[in-house]
Amino acid sequence: MAWSPSEMTLGDQATLFKELAMRLVTFILRRALHSIFVLLGLSVVIFGISRILPGDPARMAVGARAPQWVVDNLRAQMHLDEPLFVQYGYWLADAVQGKFGISLVTRREVAEDIKEFFPATLELALFAGILMGGFGILLGTISAQHKDRWIDNVVRVLSYLGVVTPAFVFAIIFMLVFGYWLKWLPTIGRLSEGLTRPPVITGLMTVDALLAGDLVVFWDALKHLILPAVALAMGGLAQEARITRATMSDNLTKDYIAAERALGIPERVIMGKYLLKPSLIPTVSILGLDFAGTLSSAFLVELIFNWPGISRYGINAMLRKDLNAIAAVILVLGVVFIVVNIIVDIVVAYLDPRIRLSAERSE
Amino acid sequence: MVRMDTPPLLEVRDLQVHFKVFGGHLKVLDGVNMIVRAGEKVGLVGESGCGKTTTMKAILRILPQPPAKIVGGQVLFRGQDVLRMRPDELRQIRGRGISMIFQDPTAALNPVFTIGQQLGDVIRYSHRNGRLDARQIQLKALQSLKEVALADPERLLHSYPIQLSGGMRQRVCIAMALATQPELLIADEPGTSLDVTIQDQILRLLHNLVVERNTSIILITHTLGVVREVTDRVYVMYAGSIVESAPTKTLFANPMFPYTRGLMQSVPRLSGGGVAEGIPGRIPNYLHPPSGCRFHPRCPHVMEICRREKPPMFTVGEEHYVACYLYAC
Ligand SMILES: Nc1ncnc2c1ncn2[C@@H]1O[C@H](COP(=O)(O)OP(=O)(O)O)[C@@H](O)[C@H]1O
Ligand code: SF4
Ligand SMILES: [Mg+2]
Repeated sequence: MAWSPSEMTLGDQATLFKELAMRLVTFILRRALHSIFVLLGLSVVIFGISRILPGDPARMAVGARAPQWVVDNLRAQMHLDEPLFVQYGYWLADAVQGKFGISLVTRREVAEDIKEFFPATLELALFAGILMGGFGILLGTISAQHKDRWIDNVVRVLSYLGVVTPAFVFAIIFMLVFGYWLKWLPTIGRLSEGLTRPPVITGLMTVDALLAGDLVVFWDALKHLILPAVALAMGGLAQEARITRATMSDNLTKDYIAAERALGIPERVIMGKYLLKPSLIPTVSILGLDFAGTLSSAFLVELIFNWPGISRYGINAMLRKDLNAIAAVILVLGVVFIVVNIIVDIVVAYLDPRIRLSAERSE
Repeated sequence: MVRMDTPPLLEVRDLQVHFKVFGGHLKVLDGVNMIVRAGEKVGLVGESGCGKTTTMKAILRILPQPPAKIVGGQVLFRGQDVLRMRPDELRQIRGRGISMIFQDPTAALNPVFTIGQQLGDVIRYSHRNGRLDARQIQLKALQSLKEVALADPERLLHSYPIQLSGGMRQRVCIAMALATQPELLIADEPGTSLDVTIQDQILRLLHNLVVERNTSIILITHTLGVVREVTDRVYVMYAGSIVESAPTKTLFANPMFPYTRGLMQSVPRLSGGGVAEGIPGRIPNYLHPPSGCRFHPRCPHVMEICRREKPPMFTVGEEHYVACYLYAC
């Protein structure tokens, strides 16, 4: 048989790489297209709610004491006298451009508010997400590899506590212990007084500080981030540890692990490669959910640490029936959920060829 | 044929394995004894659930623990006890010393890595002198896929197990087990999951490969014709221990343990993998196994002593041993 593996394979690998890149692009485009419909659906719901709620938006915007002609003018300006679907058209056109109107609470453009508050929460959530993924997987792995031994039992009890304890309880405990008692870490806001904010590039204080090369601010921002982020991460971290432990200890009894051992593959390679990859699939899916959930459920933690985030902003908007702000917050969170879902799908497809291959077959 | 005075390559002594399950311990292996000499082709037969796979996994120390627990015994490979080896010593044995083809090739391949990644690592870590670079590994991988008569090996290297047919997966598993160039190959029912023609091809291929390399083999199979054709010696297992062993010709000419006799008399059927169709009854419950001879509830010749005490091995002929009181003298 004649064969020339080197040339064949090099060529193969180049094509393979191009193919993979193409597939990834198609995949993202397809998902993005799909997401547009989801967002449209979401926008209809938001618009619907804002129109179904009792009260005249124009009257609410100008206040109870404004004369009727002002309200009438505003109604015309807001297209409130036209048919509903026309109103929706105007509303959507504005929303797409980021024009959500004025917030009743802050008396500013809602878009301005979002620009200010969203990155603060995103920074918190990203940091919490890294902790959830990193430590969750680490603890779960340790637990699975020492199944039913003392260290596993410790991790299991702790992760159970982590799952059942709400984030605000951790927040209060951390604040008291590390903030007031030990005085290790700051407990209020994103930056100490007296420090100037680095120029806003990403809106993430730590990243902006690094980009500006200001290590003092970076360090200070990081210290402010730790307590609220850890408090937020605890539940997800525990959840990730539990899932990783369960999947991994199940996979440890699989024949392919026995086969890899039987064929002389070293234990560290089996653990770090052949066991880890298939065991991460469920964890990654849940991690995505936990991360996205963090953004919207950070309310109490933001309140406790006086963190100027979007969760707090959103809840305040709801309490005061600030419709423009509510619409914007829901849309932003919707976009985040969709983006996170796409990322999770890409990672899972990378980890699990079965999903990848069946998705391609069904195209 | 291997001379009987060759020192044993593998010797299993009184191996006992339990499984912890809800409600107690399954006392599965009840003192297994086996010897395999260098170059010897050994058959291991017995009905499903009698503990063949468990014995083989215990030899390589790859039983999932928990639930399995090796309660007692020794596994001597070239005189050294595998069960008491340090991890680094164990690694010298696994793969290069003993390798294994698993019963279910689909379960034995990692679903999220390509064939090339898995076979490549097997080759990399079982290589004896020095390190191989990526290209050498690839060449060897292609070579081993060719040896098991797989077409288009370049493409296979980039394929995932689900993209392969059952027969191809089985061949890949054989390629991997042989890529380590083992001294002893354990083949656990190769091809059982496949249809008869493909099974036949695979067994033939395997036979040629081990004969070519003079590899010792423990072949587990339900097909007595294959045992007769391929092996030098046969072990018959029943409910967790070896009940009879003899040179293949002797065993087929003169089976002695009542279970073996039933086995030989039963007409091989096309359907079903069970070999014990000739004997009524089922394999015993391992939670509360029968006392004495574990075969006694099914034995047509059962005696008083059989219920009380486990029969030792009696020598009944040249290299022919039976664990049955009928042959006590
Ligand atoms: N992972 C396991 N957990 C519990 N019991 C098991 C496990 N593996 C095997 N066993 C028990 O060991 C017995 C023998 O199994 P096995 O060695 O696979 O038999 P064979 O290979 O001869 O068909 C089975 O009947 C089952 O009760
Ligand atoms: S020892 Fe007794 S019960 Fe067991 S096979 Fe022999 S005769 Fe039957
Ligand atoms: Mg078996």
